[in-house]
Amino acid sequence: MSIKVEIGFKLNGVARRVSVPADLSALRMLREELALTGTKYGCGEGECGACTILVDGATVNSCLMFAADCDGRDVVTIEGLAASKRGERLREAFVKHGAVQCGFCTPGFVVQATHLLEKLPHASSAEIQRGIEGNLCRCTGYRKIVEAIADAAQTVK
Amino acid sequence: MGATDEVVAQQSLIGQRIPKMDAPDKTNGRTRYIDDIDVPGQLHARILRSTQVHAKIRSIDTSAARALAGVHAVITAQDVPWQRPIGVAKDHLPLKTDRVRSLRDEVAAVAADTAEIAAAALKLIKVDYEPLPILSDPLEALKPGAPLIHPEPHGADGSAQLKPGGPVAFTGKPDNVAMTFDYAQGDVVAGEAESDMVVEDTFRLHYVTHCCMGVSGVIADFDPKGNLLLYSNTQVPFLHKREFAELLGIDPGRIRIIQPPIGGGFGSKLDIYPFEPIVIFLAQITKRPIKLMFTREEEFIASPTRQPVLLKLRSGCKRDGTLTFRSVETLHDNGAYTSWGATTPFVMMQTISSLYRVPHCLYHTKAVYTNNPYAGSFRGYGNLQATFAVEAHMDKLADAIAMDPLDFRLKNAQDPGEVTPQGMQFKTCGLKQCLTTAATRSDYQRKRHENASRWNDGNPIKRGVGIASMLHVGGGAKIYPSDGCGTILKIDDFAHVTLITGASEIGQGSETVLAQLVCEELGLPLSAVTVVNNDTDITPWDVGVHASRTTFIAGNSAIGAARLAKTKILAAAAGKSGLAAEELDLKGGHVVRQTNGERVLELGKFIRSLHFTDKAQLVMTSFYYEPPSKHQDKQFKGDVSAAYAWASQVCEVEVDTDTGIVRLLKVTGAHDVGRVLNRLGIEGQIEGGVVMGQGYALTENLMVEGGITRNPNFRDYKLVTAPEIPEMDISFIETMDGEGPQGAKGVGEAPAICIAAAVANAIYNATGTRIYAAPFTPENVYRALSGAAEPPTWTAA
Repeated sequence: MSIKVEIGFKLNGVARRVSVPADLSALRMLREELALTGTKYGCGEGECGACTILVDGATVNSCLMFAADCDGRDVVTIEGLAASKRGERLREAFVKHGAVQCGFCTPGFVVQATHLLEKLPHASSAEIQRGIEGNLCRCTGYRKIVEAIADAAQTVK
Repeated sequence: MGATDEVVAQQSLIGQRIPKMDAPDKTNGRTRYIDDIDVPGQLHARILRSTQVHAKIRSIDTSAARALAGVHAVITAQDVPWQRPIGVAKDHLPLKTDRVRSLRDEVAAVAADTAEIAAAALKLIKVDYEPLPILSDPLEALKPGAPLIHPEPHGADGSAQLKPGGPVAFTGKPDNVAMTFDYAQGDVVAGEAESDMVVEDTFRLHYVTHCCMGVSGVIADFDPKGNLLLYSNTQVPFLHKREFAELLGIDPGRIRIIQPPIGGGFGSKLDIYPFEPIVIFLAQITKRPIKLMFTREEEFIASPTRQPVLLKLRSGCKRDGTLTFRSVETLHDNGAYTSWGATTPFVMMQTISSLYRVPHCLYHTKAVYTNNPYAGSFRGYGNLQATFAVEAHMDKLADAIAMDPLDFRLKNAQDPGEVTPQGMQFKTCGLKQCLTTAATRSDYQRKRHENASRWNDGNPIKRGVGIASMLHVGGGAKIYPSDGCGTILKIDDFAHVTLITGASEIGQGSETVLAQLVCEELGLPLSAVTVVNNDTDITPWDVGVHASRTTFIAGNSAIGAARLAKTKILAAAAGKSGLAAEELDLKGGHVVRQTNGERVLELGKFIRSLHFTDKAQLVMTSFYYEPPSKHQDKQFKGDVSAAYAWASQVCEVEVDTDTGIVRLLKVTGAHDVGRVLNRLGIEGQIEGGVVMGQGYALTENLMVEGGITRNPNFRDYKLVTAPEIPEMDISFIETMDGEGPQGAKGVGEAPAICIAAAVANAIYNATGTRIYAAPFTPENVYRALSGAAEPPTWTAA
């Protein structure tokens, strides 16, 4: 079908070389080529945040990024956050505060929150709310997600 | 709540903040939803949907699609003459034969090596349509000479005639009326005659849709013997087994449904939809497993909606504040096919007849066919719409007789022990406590007076408070002939419990609360329980996740199994310890003396010691069916639930009268939940429901024009985002229901129900303008405030 390109990048701390179709999204590369299904398809249009990943430390909607553009970058997915202390604290806080219901949006929120606390380690509730504005959740009403992130901010200090 | 609860709570799991058992996996991406599952050898399916809102299908040419490399099958209705109508009224063929009736309609489907090839093949299918007149307004649908959506009987094989012995088919509807409900109690004419005040208004409620974060999908896989394995997101696996078996003409026992973790339900997965049979057909024809996933746009266009309702309400009261009568007509936009949405009047009439005490009631309702998206079930099931109108009139009548709206509600509120004229029995009822708690904690009465005094103060930014209450089923619902759930509970050699339940987890936390109830009986920590709940070959029967019933019905069933196990263990322990079984209890992983908690035997060790005895078998089975009560008769008189949930919510809003922007500042809710079982879980249900209600009231609007959905994406269909959520103050009124598991009642739907009604009352309190049509988007509010919006009118037939 489409032309393939060979790319090299760091994925969750490990160097990877893969050959991907030029028109493939980073989301589909992660899910379909690399079997990292923690990153979710929610809309494919960058509106819901379920596919959020970290690229060179910044959050990106992976559905809107070409896989080929991962070349030379440092990519971290929800699976890779296990290695980081902040990721672990966040995940524990999400569990403890009941920030998870159906859980489909949760990986995206955890990745986004990791980035948020990286930038604003002492984020206020209002800053947290602004910081997760791009992630949609239909179950929780967001309050417990905000509480979880605020708690993680406290414990990582 | 109160002091005694505190003391008990120290030893008990009940009322604690218990994290969800599935949350650790969900936070680290390990949970595999249906989109994350691939079956070896699977093909990918895509569905061709109609490009016409209403048209006859002249011909379909699939030859180019079939010729595309990588395509394994292209099917249309002609390829599956054995297909049968599906859905609540069996008026819906999965693949359309002679005509399409809405833009979502399935015309053809492709199975291919990849989803891309399948999508490319769809573009090669040529369909020749002959357009028919479009019916997009339910009022037009009732006019004489209106185009008919289901004009004649249609055979399932596409022929116009019903062949004797041929496939089941729909008989057609000559008047576009899909379903009607009529209910009456007392004599509304007499009620009106004794009224001092009568008000009448027409309300219009809009389209919204579920927006589950996980899109719809299914995988169908036949084994060589013809048994079907379906990976499905259904909320009703056992009912679907039967439906799919009918569809395939096979024994239901040959269908196994596995439910992977579900990315949101909210009622959307309560019916069978065309994509499921279509994928099954493709699997039959290709003899390969078939996977189908929707795109988000497809999810917006082709999954169900909450039904738009036009509602005319006439209500009266006496000068002393006693309600006298209510007369209601509703018109429901059914869309092109009949799903559960058509049956929501069943719930609406409960609110109309019994939320407050009304001696005389009359209720007529029609669901009519149009070429619009069809309406399914959605959290609250008609109750948001009914409550919206009823609670607007509670405020209007109170104003008309110059009575405080809180006092007016309290005067007409139900009490425990009451049997309503409809026949609903309120064994527990915390409505009055809900009202006073929500009003007191929000300072409702003072703020209401203060806000109303500022209508003409020249400040464009206004504040308002509004109150609304709700009544909903809280102890199962007798929608089907039976409302039961089975449990199998086994305890292994190490005192680890496997709880096998028919009840599905859809994110609401049923798995955790059921485990908690079992642990409470057996004196074990939550870590000692594994829950199996998603495979119909293993789990016992359950009617499904709906009607806020799971904690109540499945909870009672699980408790029953745990109690059987406890009785058996204690009887065996009595023999071993020399104490009577009645003197023993289970606590902290031990058999203990009931009086002082003194440890007698370590449970795991004791169970191991039972090997090779007739007492070793610790596999218990139990079931729970709703307790006997008077079933509703054909006139809808009778009881529908073993218990009823109540709530009152006060919404505080800020209205910018220059822009029409309404901000929801605070929701103060008081919920009669029977008893709090898992505080973390119940808070999550209520907060999520409140914000879903906020979306219904303020931001969400599926814009359907001429049968076309104009905003099938999250950019234009606005869900509430994190910065917009209100402050939430939630109180629990614990009425300890005698039939409920540990006293609890259902809560899943309740929190979403009052918000739009309370916000409407709050906007009135802020501005002096009452808005009769939702949602309260800036444009709609601005138009209403500047007198540019006519209130809805409707002269019912």
